Amino acid sequence: MKSSNNKKHLLTGNEAAAEAAILAGCRHYYGYPITPQNELINHMAIRMPQVGGTFLQAESEIAAIYMAYGGAAAGARVMTSSSGPGISLMQEGISYLAGSELPCVIVNVQRGGPGLGDISPSQADYFQAVKGGGHGDYHNIVLAPASAQEIADLVYDAFDLADRYRNPVMLLGDAQLGQMMEPVEFRKTPRTHQTVKRWALTGAEGRARNIVKSFYPVKGELETFNIRLQRKYRAIEHEEVRYEEVNTQGAEIILVAYGTCARICKEAIRRASGTGLQIGLLRPITLWPFPKEPLRRLAKKARAFCVVEMSAGQMVEDVRLAVLDRCPVHFYGRMGGGVPSSREVLKKVLNILAPEGTLELEIPEIPTELGKGLYFSTIP
Amino acid sequence: MQALYSAPETLIRTPSHYCPGCGHGIAHRLLAEIIDEWGIRGKTIGLAPVGCSVLAYNYLDIDMCEAAHGRPPAIATGIKRVHPDNIVFTYQGDGDLAAIGMAEIVHAASRAENITVIFINNAIYGMTNGQLAPTTLLNQRTTTTPEGRDPLAHGYPIRICELLATLEGTSFLARTSLSSPKNVSQTKEALKKGFKTQIEKKGFSLIEVLSPCPVYWRMSPVESLKFIEEEMTQTFPLGVFKDWEKAISAPGGQATKV
Repeated sequence: MKSSNNKKHLLTGNEAAAEAAILAGCRHYYGYPITPQNELINHMAIRMPQVGGTFLQAESEIAAIYMAYGGAAAGARVMTSSSGPGISLMQEGISYLAGSELPCVIVNVQRGGPGLGDISPSQADYFQAVKGGGHGDYHNIVLAPASAQEIADLVYDAFDLADRYRNPVMLLGDAQLGQMMEPVEFRKTPRTHQTVKRWALTGAEGRARNIVKSFYPVKGELETFNIRLQRKYRAIEHEEVRYEEVNTQGAEIILVAYGTCARICKEAIRRASGTGLQIGLLRPITLWPFPKEPLRRLAKKARAFCVVEMSAGQMVEDVRLAVLDRCPVHFYGRMGGGVPSSREVLKKVLNILAPEGTLELEIPEIPTELGKGLYFSTIP
Repeated sequence: MQALYSAPETLIRTPSHYCPGCGHGIAHRLLAEIIDEWGIRGKTIGLAPVGCSVLAYNYLDIDMCEAAHGRPPAIATGIKRVHPDNIVFTYQGDGDLAAIGMAEIVHAASRAENITVIFINNAIYGMTNGQLAPTTLLNQRTTTTPEGRDPLAHGYPIRICELLATLEGTSFLARTSLSSPKNVSQTKEALKKGFKTQIEKKGFSLIEVLSPCPVYWRMSPVESLKFIEEEMTQTFPLGVFKDWEKAISAPGGQATKV
């Protein structure tokens, strides 16, 4: 595909991520095949040579993350991608990236687990992505797109955030978002901001040497370093929280969902319109830092929250931590590749409003302009 | 008066963390000498492994990167692809390279990655108090083979040069030792050849250096040098296994005498 970024392209989310990375100035990609992210690695294999970049199929995800580490240490914009088991293998390297304060963009196209699981959509890597995942006290910045378009948009931001904070950034998608084809318009002038990397390894010509490391064996040094890392994380929490609110004004029930589940919740809201049900949605776009404040604000007015995830309930813990006892937090989830339908979400909402089952509702069919049988509505 | 010999500038003058009689100090110095002599300090990027030489950057005044255990060849690949005209080397021990990092070293070699690998083989895990290494000799006692390495229980030592010599991606492979002044000087020549291989973009080079670990071999420094010459070289013969300049290719591992 030629990058003429002023028209719409029909792309899978995986391809959109790859193409946006190239437009954002990434010229070094390292990856390893795993479904459901193969469109990304395949696209990079075609495009990187065309733009004079490096595409390398590593011998493992372990090697891929460390090749990315090397490219980052050398001062380049680097990307790697994988799914479930492969992302698990990368965790050591991601901890090293955080510990060495190296910028790197990692795409996780989530699939069902645990173990080999399956290749269908899942959101069960949430804990791994937002709580650290590897060893030590660290955070990835985690971005959660909900469409191919948003994948493209957030990839630019991911590189900027990685460079600005010298921190790994994870784009947390899933098999649905990665493999579904949607129209994508790339930014005409990417707002990418390349920083000067004086710390990078380039050969110490005419300057004092640089060392990239995460090893602090002298007593006290590591604690000092950790305190500095935590200060950085507080700054990120202060500056970088992103979310979208839909219909939250006067909503009785606030749905909280990200990615694919957020689109399903939007569909549920649309289907409930005109029925008298007041349902809103808070969609975190950054999963870390997590939008705690907006949730606390909504907790003052809403009757209850309902978190919808393709997991046994992971993000719901962060929602509960954010609102504490100010408001009840319910959960609806599907696991192991199960994708909730908007009808299931509405049934759960009815059940929250009237647990004894007295509240019944004729759930209208999906509006015809979206087409019969379409699961997902487009994000405006 | 004229100074005939002095410490290389690239070698940082600082107290060493290595044990008495250890070979790392000699290998570091050889590297520093070459970097000085060739004037390549501003172009060279080194990778320190996990193991005794994890702090190699405390001694070499060049840009350096610390690597996770076994991963220097992958990280070096990432650096070299960004800076193809820089000189990128990894410095790895036997646990790092031949145990946990076996996949990375074999694939970097098979890709003919244009990097130089300095492989310090002392047949033991020094940093963690002397456990079995993939290159531990048969019958050699370690803390995890207290009765000696038994091939039925612990397998056989791995010969890295011989193994990598079977790969078409390798351009220069040599095994040297630090057991005598003559061998030290041959090691320096081999290291130069490794860097030359890279500078001339001839592909992957690896120099395996047999190095003493008196403390965990439970020997005196002098005994440990004798052990290299009399015991280690029986399992790990010295020589050149691949040389792109001399068309020495030894699939299967027959070394040519240097």
